Amino acid sequence: MHNPQLTKEGKLKHLLSIEGLPKSILNQILDTAESFVGVAEREVKKVPLMRGKTVCNIFFENSTRTRTTFEIAAKRLSADVINLNVNTSSQSKGETILDTINNLTAMHADMFVIRHAQSGAAHLIAKHVAPHVHVVNAGDGRHSHPTQGLLDVFTIRHYKPDMHNLRVAIVGDVLHSRVARSEIHALTTLGVPEVRVIAPKTLLPEHVEKLGVHVYHDMCEGLRDVDVVMMLRLQSERMTGAMLPSSQEFFKTYGLTQEKLDLAKPDAIVMHPGPMNRGVEIDSAVADGNQSVILPQVTYGIAVRMAVMSILAGNSE
Amino acid sequence: MMLPDAEVLLASLAEKIKPILSRETAIVGIHSGGAWIVERLLPILGSDLEHGILDISFYRDDFNKRGLRNDTKPSQIPFEVQDRHIILVDDVFYTGRTIRAAMNELFDYGRPASITLAVLVNRGGRELPIAPQIAAAEIEIHKTQNLQLERDDKNLFYLTLEPYSNA
Repeated sequence: MHNPQLTKEGKLKHLLSIEGLPKSILNQILDTAESFVGVAEREVKKVPLMRGKTVCNIFFENSTRTRTTFEIAAKRLSADVINLNVNTSSQSKGETILDTINNLTAMHADMFVIRHAQSGAAHLIAKHVAPHVHVVNAGDGRHSHPTQGLLDVFTIRHYKPDMHNLRVAIVGDVLHSRVARSEIHALTTLGVPEVRVIAPKTLLPEHVEKLGVHVYHDMCEGLRDVDVVMMLRLQSERMTGAMLPSSQEFFKTYGLTQEKLDLAKPDAIVMHPGPMNRGVEIDSAVADGNQSVILPQVTYGIAVRMAVMSILAGNSE
Repeated sequence: MMLPDAEVLLASLAEKIKPILSRETAIVGIHSGGAWIVERLLPILGSDLEHGILDISFYRDDFNKRGLRNDTKPSQIPFEVQDRHIILVDDVFYTGRTIRAAMNELFDYGRPASITLAVLVNRGGRELPIAPQIAAAEIEIHKTQNLQLERDDKNLFYLTLEPYSNA
């Protein structure tokens, strides 16, 4: 079946999920992002690639950091940016979203950055838009958050360039995490030989091992000799029903402390997609410690989003 | 057509650049041919000469038509551009569009005191009011032909002339 993200020539037209993207496209994004890192250190932090283009950030679900980094990225590409925070609680799905899109397209928007609590929202919009319009998924339900997955692998590649020789552990609430899915797809596509997930049974999706990961329930066992520790946010707002005894109990078993981190390789890096629950999934001392690359992740997130938007903008049908 | 020996052109280019060097000079090669030339010029001109590389992918005027290339490399300008005399180096000068993009990018690092354009070959066919001040050779090349600088396995330069593949 034709991948809706690609043009007929196989070029990236929308970014909806990392699943199904070839290694060459992932590498193109990461390599291009490498060039944008330097742009942020110059006197003028802008390039003219998207001059005259309009990017609409449509957030049906709040996310200050993601929206801000997309906005900065679009502005550094010289695009005009419109931010729309749409509260969905009172709206029915489907028709209303497409009406919003139709209206913005009538105002000559060239790219939509979509955040939605419903899985598949960005796909729906991508199917609907005119051929010259591009869609970026900025997180849809439990499904996917491709730019976060990409900025995570960019950060890993930056600190550990030999991707073919890495052990990566993803720790915490894998079940509710769209980031974890995107990360797993990106890491396995780029040839990382060993990806582990560490979580209680209640926070793991069924058949998670089919994604090609090794499952651990004991954090100390799972962290042994890894190069990268990727902590996930405990998504308390997504939890319905009691999956966990308490957040203190969670910290005891699955929270990252220096003591547990010492089981990983001495030069292991610690990552977190934010926002952090200090004292729930990660100890403050580790979050601020010298193995933490959590703030560089944010900085690289801008370069990665610039790369994605500029590649899409150049691939019209 | 007999193409000139690119190694001879390189030596001639170095001789032409020498007289304009000063303490405020910095040399910048355009990726990839210009960067190769700068790499070879440095031992001749003095390796303490400040130097950098520009990849103009983010400044190309045909982005809307062609999109972003696959092989983008980071630009590296590890010196202050402000008030410097910049020698901008490229392998082949043709339409002038690459140079326009390079100048636009350079100005985003700072305001240089001057920019001098030095190229190995000026092949004619410019489309903008931009021309090299220094060219080691001037050869008229038909617009269907692509003149390119290449390197052999000993890192020595040679020129090739082939029809454009997309023409």
